[in-house]
Parts: sequence; structure tokens; C-alpha cells
Amino acid sequence: MTPGLVSDLVPLPVLLPLLGAALTLAVRRSPRLQRLTSTAVLTGLVVVAAVLVVEADRRGPLVLWVGAWKEPLGISLVADRLSALMLLVSGVVMLVVLVFSIAQGYEDDETDTPMTIFHPTYLVLAAGVSNAFLAGDLFNLFVGFEILLFASYVLLTLGGTSERIHAGTTYVVVSLLSSALFLIGIAATYAATGTVNLAHLAIRIGGLDPGIVLVLQLCLLTAFGIKAAVFPLSAWLPDSYPTAPAPVTAVFAGLLTKVGIYAMIRVQTLLFPQSTLHGLLMWAALLTLVIGILGAVSQSGLKRILSFTLVSHIGYMLFGIALATAHGMAGAIFYVVHHITIQTALFLIAGLVERFAGTTSLDRLAGLAAASPLLSILFFTAAMNLSGIPPMSGFLGKIGLFQAGVEFDTPLSWALVVGGIVTSLLTLYALAKVWNQAFWRPFPEIPDTDLAGQASGPAEAPVLGEAPVLGDDAVLGDDAVLLEGPGAGAGSTTATALARTQGPSTSRALPPVMLAATAAMTAVGLVIALVAGPLFAYAQRAATDLMRRDPYITSVLPLPPGVRQ
Amino acid sequence: MGLTLPLAPPAGPFESPLRAAGDPTISSSLAPNAVLLVVVAVLVASGVFLLLDRSLVRVLLGTLLIGNGVSVLFLVVGGPAGEPPFAGIPATDVSDPLPQAMVLTAIVISLATIGFLLALSYRLWQLSGTDNVPDDIEDARLQELADLDEPSSTFAEGEESTTTADELAEDHT
Repeated sequence: MTPGLVSDLVPLPVLLPLLGAALTLAVRRSPRLQRLTSTAVLTGLVVVAAVLVVEADRRGPLVLWVGAWKEPLGISLVADRLSALMLLVSGVVMLVVLVFSIAQGYEDDETDTPMTIFHPTYLVLAAGVSNAFLAGDLFNLFVGFEILLFASYVLLTLGGTSERIHAGTTYVVVSLLSSALFLIGIAATYAATGTVNLAHLAIRIGGLDPGIVLVLQLCLLTAFGIKAAVFPLSAWLPDSYPTAPAPVTAVFAGLLTKVGIYAMIRVQTLLFPQSTLHGLLMWAALLTLVIGILGAVSQSGLKRILSFTLVSHIGYMLFGIALATAHGMAGAIFYVVHHITIQTALFLIAGLVERFAGTTSLDRLAGLAAASPLLSILFFTAAMNLSGIPPMSGFLGKIGLFQAGVEFDTPLSWALVVGGIVTSLLTLYALAKVWNQAFWRPFPEIPDTDLAGQASGPAEAPVLGEAPVLGDDAVLGDDAVLLEGPGAGAGSTTATALARTQGPSTSRALPPVMLAATAAMTAVGLVIALVAGPLFAYAQRAATDLMRRDPYITSVLPLPPGVRQ
Repeated sequence: MGLTLPLAPPAGPFESPLRAAGDPTISSSLAPNAVLLVVVAVLVASGVFLLLDRSLVRVLLGTLLIGNGVSVLFLVVGGPAGEPPFAGIPATDVSDPLPQAMVLTAIVISLATIGFLLALSYRLWQLSGTDNVPDDIEDARLQELADLDEPSSTFAEGEESTTTADELAEDHT
């Protein structure tokens, strides 16, 4: 392909989903057309992203000035190695989760209203994520964030049940605050440099007073830290994610925090190469790792455990960013790819567990290994992968980061290596606890205490055939009503009530397509280990580009520096 | 020609951020408008105060004020007002258009957000009869433990909780 043609592909990852969103909204009366459109659009997104990965690797960063308005007025979209890789991974994740949710919709025979807004919103989310990855200036990055946040507000509160509204309130207010901080950061950056274009900023920020640079950096990092759920700013995440429908939680867990991590990598390497914040970021990484995983250990619900491991493992990526060496960045990039896939897979599995057994509370789950061997194999593989058992990708990602940490060779980086190993072991512990309780423990221990507990609760024990009164709220399955409380939860389907009273053996079967989508996501996690060599080499090249900075800057601003300033 | 990028800060005494950047679109006057800065400070401070309230409507008003504060901040950033940007007026006399474009976008976004938050608080009121932001789930659990057992040192007798029965029920499971 000619360079011009390839550059023309750059806006497609944003345009395709946006057009798709409009289309799906137009055909909202026909769920089948909606499903077809969304699948086609996201497949297109994956193909375009794959081409971009190859081309960005071959030719260096691809730049497109929107509407052919050049700097200083134009808005640039840039796909360098890092952006293209993130686009590809996010595209694959969004596609697989879409298949999962479509299968779930088919199973539940959803033709109600919430489902009709699901597809447009989901595609807008995809557009926002792509826009954030491709943004060549700070303000466009902000717009990308806002697009994806808006879609996420809607998806998180889909159906408007009490639980989701509560979770949504926290989430929206926290996101608003971080957006306000980000805007303040942009305003300050513009005041200090007179530009918001990242490449332009990279040149100009070098001439600023170090104190001013530090203020700008702290402002931006705090805003991204809230989005990425870095420790002191992470409390919102475990409260808001678990209540959403399973596919939504899976996509949020996989992608949204990683967009924050991506933004951090971008500004840290491009704008603040002389960063003096190694220490601060490393402390934040260490605390995120350890405190996050301690939260996971203390929880007793599968989704909350997974949310806390999500927070905790953000620390690994922050570790790589804090080192600010090529190896550290490469480790972080590899870990981001691994973590997106594996965390999505685990949340999809949690969704299946909830569907299968009617709950994700560990106190009430048992005997899943006997009841559904396939689901158990999926969970076991994904859990081992997340914990970092060799030879899976989680292990390789952690090894890459630990090597970079050892090379850095300061007391704090050694502390982080140790903290990382401890976190890995504690992840194993938390997930082994899930395995033992939910999957391995034989079933009959449960019913007595379980039913007694329900009877003593404020709501009545589940009654067979209790009509699906809350059917409207069951947007993407029965998880909405399950969170309403023990009694109401049973109202969703008779099958769930059966699962409660008679155990998983009589609960509803798992739809093959949902299982296949989950298996595919888990398999992607394993494939990452298989192609770890080339992938790590790619991450290394991406990281070297990031650290050198001039490939990015010269492709965006191909003028000599004298003219440019 | 060789392409060298000024990756390190240039040597020599530091002048001012704007002059160092040397951008012609920024007005030569470097002093920000004090009145506008005070307005920003007051708006953001009031916003933070409202944000700390339990009532979602007050939280909403708080975010609104903070958003407006940030918008005014962009006006400060744009430098002193110049001529309207019509053709024929020299580019140096024109107000910096970029912050205005950004602030317009920000205003549109905050409008949509406020609309969403209003719908959210209305739904919250529909569901629970109050628009108070609920207790943190973990906090509620601790408080419940304290209720069942002896009161812990941080638990105040008679303090009203906004935890709904639904949440407590969920914690039992």
C-alpha cells in the first residue's frame, strides 16, 4: 500500500464505530440488523487495526491531519506502534465481548428497549477508546476520554436498577472530577506553551521552568491516575464495576483502565522525558500492587475479587512506566496486552458462573467443577495465567518487568520486584480460594445454611415459579435482578431458583456461543504466550521509539526545528 | 540538513513560560487577568464545597460550578481579549481562538453530563425516595458488624445511615 493510503486508514477505527452507532440507532426496531451491523463494524475495526500494526511497524508512525488542516491549527491522529497495538487488542476484546453479549441476548430472547440502546452505546465506547489511542493532541485525548466515559455511564446504569444507579453515581461523579482535573491540566499546558499538540508540546515543554513542568505533569498524571485506578485514586473501581451486566464489566475491566495507562505512557515518554517522579510513581505502583491484592484476598464475591485484582495489577504496568527505561516500557506494554485479554476473560467467566449458578458469592457457590467441567477448565487456565504461572503470558509479562526493575537497581525498584512477586503469589492465593470454594468443594455442604440464611434475610426465600417481575431490568441476563437481594434475585427465572435450591446440577445449561466466546478470550491469553517472542520484540521496538521520541515528533512535524518553533 | 531536537531545556536564564515558548498567537501581555482568576477560584471552591454534600443534586451543582470554573480558566489562558477573528484584521490583534474552541467543546460535554446526572438523581429519587448518595458498601458492612456486635470506636450511636435495606440484604448473601 502507498503511504497516503495507509494514512487514510488512521481515522477509520474512530469513524467506523461512530457510523455503526448511528446505523444501529437507525435500525433499532430490528435486533438482528443491529447485531449484524455491530459485528461487521467491529470486525472491520480489527482488520484496520491489524493493518495499522503491520504498517506502523514497517514505516514508523502514521499521521493524518484531519480535514487536511496542518499544524498549528489542525488536529492530528497518530498511529505509532504503541497506538496500533492497543487498537488491535482493544478491537479484538470488543469483538469477542460483543459476540458474548449477542449470544446472551439470543438466549434471553431480548427484544426490550435496553437492548436496543446497548449496541449504539457499545459502538460509541469503541469509538471513544480508539480516539483516545489515536489522539495526537491533548484536547483530542480529552474528547476521546469523554466519549468513552459517556458510553460507559450509560452501559453501567443500563436498566436503571437500584444497584446500578448507586454504582453509577459514584462512577459518574469520580469521572467528572478527573475530567475537570484533566481540563485544568490542558488549560495550564496551553497557557505555558501555547499548543496542545503532543509533538509540538514535546519540543516546547523542554524550554519551560522545571517547576511549571512538574505542576503540569502532576495535574495530568492525577487525572490519568483516577482513570487508571492507581492506588490512592482507585477506591471507586471495585464499587462500580461488579454491578454492571457481565459483558459490560468485562469490557470495562479490560479496556477502560488501560486507556488511562496508555495516556500515562504517552505523556510520560513524550512530554516529560526528564521526569523527576520515579520515586513517587514507584511508591504508587507498590501501594497499588499490595493494597489492591489485599483487598482481593479479603473479599468473598467473585466479581469483587476480580475487581480488586484488576486494581492491583495496574501496579505492574505503573511499575514499568515509573522505571522510564526502554525495558520498563516494553514490559509495561506487554503486560497491558496480557492484562486486557486475561481480565476480560476472567470477567466473562464470572458472568458465566453467575448465569450458571445464579450467584457469584463464594459462600453460596460449590461443586462447579463437577457440574461444568468446561467452565472450570476455563477459569483454572485464566486464573493461573493471571497469577503468573509459567509458561503463560502473565509469567512472561512479570518476568519482563522484574528484569527491568533489577536493571534499574535502586532499593525502591528492588522493593517493587519483591512486591510484585508477593502480589503474584497473593493473586494465586485469592484465585485458589475461589477455585477451592466455588469449583472444587463438593456441593452438599451448602443448602442448609444457605437456605436458612435466605429465610432469615429481609426478603423471602425463593419460590419456584415466582414470575419474572423484574424482567424489564434483566438487561443482559439475570445479573441485574440477582443483585437486588436474595429474594428478588430468584424472580428472574425459574432456572435460577432451581439452581439455588437444588444445586448446579439442575441449573440452566450454558449457551455454546457464550462459552465459545469466553474460551476464545481465554485462548487469546494463551496465544500471547505462544507469540511472546515476536510480541515482546514488537513491544521493545515500540518502547524504543517512545524513549527516543523523535520518530513520533518528526512524523507529526516534518519541519526543521527552527521553522517549527 | 541535520535534524536535532531540543530534547534538553535550553541553557541560559529562564525568562517566562510564554516568552520561552515564543508563540506569536499569545498576547505579549503575560499577566493573567486577576479578576477572572478570582472568579475561577471562587467557582471551583464553591463547587468543591457542594461536591462534599450527601445530596446528589448538590453534588450535581458542585460539578456544574467546577466545570464553569474550568471554562473561565480557559478564558484566562486565552490571554486578554482581542479583536474578533474576521478576515482583514491582522492575526496578531485577534483573540486567541483555540481556547475558545476548547471551552465550547467542554461546555457541550458538561451540558450532556449534567443532563445525565439529573436523570440519574431523578431515578435515584424514584427508587429510594431520597437523592442522598448511598453509603459505601464496605462501610455499610462494617457498620452492620458494629450493629450486631459491640459498637466499634468509630461507630456513633444514633447516627443516621442512608444504607437501604437492599444493600444490607445483599451483604448478607
